[in-house]
Amino acid sequence: MSVESDNSAEPKVKRFMYVNRKAPHGTVYALEVLEMVLISAMFEQDVHLTFLDDGVFQIKKGQNPSVLEMKDFSKTYRALDGYGIEKVFVEKESMEERGLSQDDLIIPVEIIGREELGALMESMDVVLSA
Amino acid sequence: MSYQVGGKTVEHDEEGYLVDIGQWSEDVAVMIAEAEKLPLSSEHWEVIHFLREYYTEYQIAPAIRVLTKALTKKMGEAKGNNKYLYELFPYGPAKQACKIAGLPKPTGCV
Repeated sequence: MSVESDNSAEPKVKRFMYVNRKAPHGTVYALEVLEMVLISAMFEQDVHLTFLDDGVFQIKKGQNPSVLEMKDFSKTYRALDGYGIEKVFVEKESMEERGLSQDDLIIPVEIIGREELGALMESMDVVLSA
Repeated sequence: MSYQVGGKTVEHDEEGYLVDIGQWSEDVAVMIAEAEKLPLSSEHWEVIHFLREYYTEYQIAPAIRVLTKALTKKMGEAKGNNKYLYELFPYGPAKQACKIAGLPKPTGCV
């Protein structure tokens, strides 16, 4: 079952965007947002997931957090597709400022410019940022 | 609280989930299943091993809907549905299958 964008037919479906802005480790934000997103997938809402600023590092390939005695939850982002979360965005400027490209990322994403992202956020019913 | 497996002590939480998932082995699975009063058939093992593979790949225990979808993809619709899973694991794929597979409780499962 997939949650496709359908703004007209189902008034109960809200447009959610979860915005990740922090590096993956050192704080609990990345993991907590990821868990929240997985849970929200159960409620058949129109979920969007965005990575910007240092949040882009959350989906960078080749993480080895075992040295921090953390489990490698970067693998879990690859499960999002199976949870029906297919609208994943990375802000182009944030990615480029950090010398990264799509090839460095663990999942396929839609790369979106800052201005366009702002407009997309504007179209959401709920935006949660961490 | 712990299971005793071949002279070794394997700790579990108050609901029976392993504290250290690295301690899981097939012997441990048999012990957890015994505590659940659930004899394991080859069909049970198929699901248990599938869950462990899923966990290795994604580092989470899948939600039921995701589990059935993934099972359908791999083993066909006869094995990828709630009814089949509940027949194998009467207390639910999440509560029982993940526990026996040594996984944490699925995310989003209260």
